[in-house]
Amino acid sequence: MSETSSSVVESPPRELPPMVYREPTLSERFFDRFFRGLTWGLAWMTVVLVVGMVVLISVDAWPTLRDSGGREFYSVVWDANRNEFGILTHIWGTLYSSLLALLLGGTLGVAVAIFIAEDFLPSKIRLFLKNLIELLAAIPSVIYGLWGIHVVIPALRAGLHYFPSLLADFSGPSMLSASLVLAIMILPTVTALSRDALESVPPRLREGAYGLGATRWETIRKIVLPTACTGILGAIILAFGRALGETMALAMLVGNSTARDNPLSFNPLLPGQTLAALLANNFPEASDPLQVGALMMAALVLLLITLVVNLFGALIIWRASAQFQGLRS
Amino acid sequence: MSPALTTDDIIINAKIHKLFYGNFFAVRDTHLAIHHNKITAFIGPSGCGKSSVLRCLNRMNDLVRNFRVEGSVFFRSKDIYAPRVDPVAVRRHIGMVFQQPNPFAMSIFDNVAFGLRLHGMTRDLADRVELALRRAALWDEVKNKLKQSGLALSGGQQQRLCIARAIAPEPAVLLMDEPCSALDPIATGKIEELMKDLKSRYTIVIVTHNLQQASRVADMTGFLYVDTKQGGRTGYLVEYDRTEAIFQDPRDPLTRQYIAGAFG
Repeated sequence: MSETSSSVVESPPRELPPMVYREPTLSERFFDRFFRGLTWGLAWMTVVLVVGMVVLISVDAWPTLRDSGGREFYSVVWDANRNEFGILTHIWGTLYSSLLALLLGGTLGVAVAIFIAEDFLPSKIRLFLKNLIELLAAIPSVIYGLWGIHVVIPALRAGLHYFPSLLADFSGPSMLSASLVLAIMILPTVTALSRDALESVPPRLREGAYGLGATRWETIRKIVLPTACTGILGAIILAFGRALGETMALAMLVGNSTARDNPLSFNPLLPGQTLAALLANNFPEASDPLQVGALMMAALVLLLITLVVNLFGALIIWRASAQFQGLRS
Repeated sequence: MSPALTTDDIIINAKIHKLFYGNFFAVRDTHLAIHHNKITAFIGPSGCGKSSVLRCLNRMNDLVRNFRVEGSVFFRSKDIYAPRVDPVAVRRHIGMVFQQPNPFAMSIFDNVAFGLRLHGMTRDLADRVELALRRAALWDEVKNKLKQSGLALSGGQQQRLCIARAIAPEPAVLLMDEPCSALDPIATGKIEELMKDLKSRYTIVIVTHNLQQASRVADMTGFLYVDTKQGGRTGYLVEYDRTEAIFQDPRDPLTRQYIAGAFG
């Protein structure tokens, strides 16, 4: 062994060793091409899947839409016995519950993100809190629903005892109970993504602000938050997307009222309904093709709303990271 | 020969006995006086604690968790480490420029106005911003694009913007932590010229890796040292004197070797 290696050193080889110029074998070339084709195909598969879903649901929804001329979109009455399939209340309920949840969960989530990201706590406690909040995302939706029924609603009822005039409206399952639980469900999304945005603000910007005699709060308010705001906005929009599509907990908590009682109400104490809950509650029993078509239409509306919202959120986060590239130069 | 330095000229008198980051004993026995309207340079090998000492002078080290210092730093007649001193107020009077240019993600004008607005110095805001930019020798290059982002400037311009931002609220002392290490030689030359212009109004303390830079700009030079090869971790001030004395006739053999390039 040592003899050959020393002889190589003494007399350099005239030709390059064979490994350097060996061409790929036929099987290697085939495997390369096959693998490239496979990844390419799988990547497009995701696009085909989304488009296919929209197309198939649209095809199923089309007969109902054609027969009614789109009356579903401005009718508030869903009555399968009379072939009335208005989904305006459901669209309203979906947006209203999600926005209410966003107002509560978004504010809390950003505040928690600031608290975790901004060095208020020893790093061990920060890590613990961060993991704890991200663990909230792992809890099954139905557990949130049960917790809402057995904890949140009784607690709300107890609290409302001090406001008898409000208690009269409160029906237990309601927009408020649903939104409160939803707020906690979107908390991990808001917190994790906002924390990422805050932590990607370069430390030298904070130093710069402190060096000019800014207090910690001035630094957070005037430098860190403005620099991170696009990322935080993206976080909130993605959380909105998650809230819109949330089904199980809402089906359990929102009340699924028949809209005739309280169409399009701003009052969060009243029961409401959402598109996702409508689908979950009605699909198993739907047999009439007209009703199936109407449900498909509701599904299409929900799908389009969440797609647009998520696309918008992803776009904003992408733009935020592009902006940071300038900062990191 | 520079004029004799008297104790009346002293604006900062630092006596750092021990400086810790957690359990790490970073700097010991560093006593020095910063003279008014002079440029003072700290030189020394990496890890000798020169930046740590600099950051003691306006309590920037307070931002590091578990930082602790034994000693005193008198700014004029007050110890800035006395119990009831607000570090934020200290930094208002002792400004800082950092190694990496760090303009905020806002317009050139807003960058310079940031400190002014922070301290409520908003009367004649535009005039003050212009003055700071002129003193930082940047006005002619940016006067037509004050609304553009500070991030769009070149590295050297960004650093001068940061100097303008630091001097806008009229601090008494300007600390500069290796302000040219991220810049090319031409930009470095401009910053050095600028420092010489600025010293008529501000006291400047600069940390530099570059011995020539210290000899070119500084009136006073302090040499800090730590022998990491021998396992040492705690830096200390070896010698502090007029720059000519440090570079031409150092008293300590370590200083002599360092100036001669015997070690890095």
